[in-house]
Amino acid sequence: MTEDAANTATEADSAKAEPPADAIPAKAELPMAAFDMPLLRIDGVAKRFGAVRAVDRLSLDIRRGEFFALLGPSGCGKTTLLRMLAGFETPDEGAILLGGNDIAQVLPHQRPVNMMFQNYALFPHLSVRDNIAFGLKRARMPRAEIATRVAEMVALVKLEGLEKRKPDQLSGGQRQRVALARSLARRPQILLLDEPLAALDKKLRESTQVELMELQRRLGMTFIIVTHDQEEAMTMADRIGVMDQGRLEQVATPRKLYEAPNSRWVAEFVGDINMLEGEAGPSAAGRLAIVTKDAGTIVAAAPLEPAKKALVSVAIRPEKVKLSRRGPASDTASTHTINRLEGIVIEVSYLGGFTTYKVKLDSGAVLRSSIANTARLDVDAYGVTQRVVAWFTPDDCVVLEQ
Amino acid sequence: MSARRIFARPARFAAIAPYVWMVLFFLVPFGFVAKISLSQTAIAQPPYLPVFELTQGLTAIKAAFAALSLDNFRLLVTDDLYVLSYLRSLIVAAVSTSILLLSGYPIAYGMARLPRCWQGVAMMLVIVPFWTSFLIRIYAWINILQHDGLLNKILLALHLISTPVVWLSTDSAMYLGIVYSYLPFMILPLYATLAKMDPALLEAASDLGSSPLRAFWLVTFPLSLPGVGAGVLLCFIPIVGEFVIPDLLAGSDSLMVGQTLWLEFFTNKDWPVASAAAVLLLALLLAPLFLYDRLQRRQLEGGR
Repeated sequence: MTEDAANTATEADSAKAEPPADAIPAKAELPMAAFDMPLLRIDGVAKRFGAVRAVDRLSLDIRRGEFFALLGPSGCGKTTLLRMLAGFETPDEGAILLGGNDIAQVLPHQRPVNMMFQNYALFPHLSVRDNIAFGLKRARMPRAEIATRVAEMVALVKLEGLEKRKPDQLSGGQRQRVALARSLARRPQILLLDEPLAALDKKLRESTQVELMELQRRLGMTFIIVTHDQEEAMTMADRIGVMDQGRLEQVATPRKLYEAPNSRWVAEFVGDINMLEGEAGPSAAGRLAIVTKDAGTIVAAAPLEPAKKALVSVAIRPEKVKLSRRGPASDTASTHTINRLEGIVIEVSYLGGFTTYKVKLDSGAVLRSSIANTARLDVDAYGVTQRVVAWFTPDDCVVLEQ
Repeated sequence: MSARRIFARPARFAAIAPYVWMVLFFLVPFGFVAKISLSQTAIAQPPYLPVFELTQGLTAIKAAFAALSLDNFRLLVTDDLYVLSYLRSLIVAAVSTSILLLSGYPIAYGMARLPRCWQGVAMMLVIVPFWTSFLIRIYAWINILQHDGLLNKILLALHLISTPVVWLSTDSAMYLGIVYSYLPFMILPLYATLAKMDPALLEAASDLGSSPLRAFWLVTFPLSLPGVGAGVLLCFIPIVGEFVIPDLLAGSDSLMVGQTLWLEFFTNKDWPVASAAAVLLLALLLAPLFLYDRLQRRQLEGGR
C-alpha cells in the first residue's frame, strides 16, 4: 500500500497538484528507466533498539526536488528513520539508495546529505561565520570560495551583520537561521530537518514555514522534514508520510491524506473527525448504505476497493457536517441523496475563524460540526439546546474498515 | 542595624560569605606571614624580632615602615638553594601536571561516554581512594617500590629484570606518587565539562564532514578547555607547594620549595626567611591564576 501510494503521488507535479483519486499506480519500474529513478529509495529498512522495533521494514521513494514530511506521534520511529538517512544509526536490514548507491553503511561524514538538528547543535565556541564555514572547511574548499559561499548563505537566511556573533548572542529565530545556513552551505543532495521549527513561537514558526518553502523551491533542493505538527507538515510538504510504530501508514499529498485517509488510524491522527461505526450493506450505483449503531442508516460513497469486512466506520470531517434549522430543501434529494440527522446542540466553542458545535443526535451519537464564521454579525448562530438538522452528502463520507 | 539587614536578606549574606571567609582565613593570616617576612631572625620565642607592634602607636609604626628591610627577599633571589628549589618546584609541577592531563583526559572522556548508570560507578571508583588517609597511601607506595617490594618481585618473577631495580628515592617514584595522588583532581573537573557536552554537537560535526578524530579536535577539545584549565590549576598549584610526596618518595639531593620551607621553619628556626619564601611562592602562583581568569573572561565575552 505504501508503495502504491508513493507511486501514485510520484505522478503528481511538485506544486501540490492533486493526483486523480483513481489514478492507476504505475508498476515498479526496472532499472533501465534511470531518469525515473527516485533520488532516494528506502528499501525494507528496519532498526531495532532492544525489543523495540523503531523502524519496521519500511520502504519509501523520494523524488529529486521534493519537500517530504515524515509525520507521526512521538516514538513512531520518524526520527530514527531520519537519523538512518543522516548516518547516525545503521539499519539492521534493508538498503538506502541515494542516486542508486546504497549508503546504509556509509559513515555520516562521508554522506552527501546534511541535517538541521532539532536544537540546532550550533558550535558554541564558533562565530556565526565559522559555524557556517565549518562544513566547507572540512570539504577542503579554497579560502576565497569559502568566504563567498558563507556570504551567500548569510544573505540567503538574512543574517547580515551578525557574522561575528557567537550562538549565545543570538535570538532563537536567528539561531535557527544559522543552523539552516550551516546545513545548506555544503549544498547537500538532501537536507534533513529534524523538527526544525519546534523551538520557535507560533508567529515566527508560521513565517519561517513560508520562508523554508520558498527557499526549498528556489534552491530546487530535496528536503525531508520530521515533524509531529500536522499543520506544519500540511503547509510545507508536497507529500507526507504518516508513521506509526515504525511503519508508514500512508504516503500521500496533504489533501489526499486529509480527505482520503486510508485507515481509521490515519483519519483520526490527521485533523479532527467524526467516526460512526456500523455494518455495510450491499453497494449500488456507487452508493453504500451503512446501518450504524447510533446514527441510523447513512448513505456513503462506496470506496474504490470494497471493504472486506462488513463492520466499517463512516468518517466525516467536522467541517463537512452542515447545520441548519430545517435541513436542506428536499427537492434536491431526488437526485442527490443527503444524510440528515436530527439532534440538539449541546456545546458551542467559538474559535474566531470558525465555531465548533457538538450535536447530540436523537439516535444517541454525538456529531461535531465546524462552521466558518463568514459574517461578522451572525444573528443566526446556533445556541445550546437548539434543535438542528445536521446534514452531509455521501461524498463527504469516507468508509474505512474497522 | 546593618547586621540585622544582612540577616534579613539571606541572599545578600550568601554573597558576602565568601569574602568574609577570604578575609578571616586567608588575608589575615597572610598579613601575619607577610609581616614576619619583613622582620629579623632572633633567638627568642617566637624566633624573630617584630618589625612593629600595633600597641606602639601610629608614629612608631610609620618609623618602622620607613626602616623596612627586604633582606629576606634579597637572600631568596641570590641564594642558589632557594632559586633552585623554586625552579625545581615549577618544573616538577609542570611535568606532573602534563602527565596528569595526558592520563586524566582519556579517563574523564571515557567516563563521560559511559552509559548513565555506569558513570556513577566510575565516579565512585575515582573518589574511593580518598577514603584512606593520604599518608597511608603514600606509605603503601613505599612498600611497593622498595628494594624487596611488590613491584620488583613481580618484575623478577616475570623475568623482565634480573636484579632488583632501585625505584624508591628517585624522581620517577616521586612523579608516580604525585600523579597517583592528584589524578582525581584532574579527572573530576574534566569529567564535569565533558559530561554536560551536548552529543548532538559531535553529530553535527560529523554531519558536516569531520572524521571522529577531527570532530574531537575541533569541537570536544575546545569546549572542554574550561575543564582543562580548572584541572591544571587544581593540580599545578598544590604540586608546586607539595612537601610530603617528594620528602617520602624522592631522593634528598634536590629539594622542592615546600621542603625548603619546612627546613627553614622547623630545622633552621628562621621564620622570617621561611615567611619570605612563602610570600614569594604565593606571588609566583598568583600569576597563572590571573592569567587563567583573564583567559576565561575573554572566552565568556566572546566576539562582543
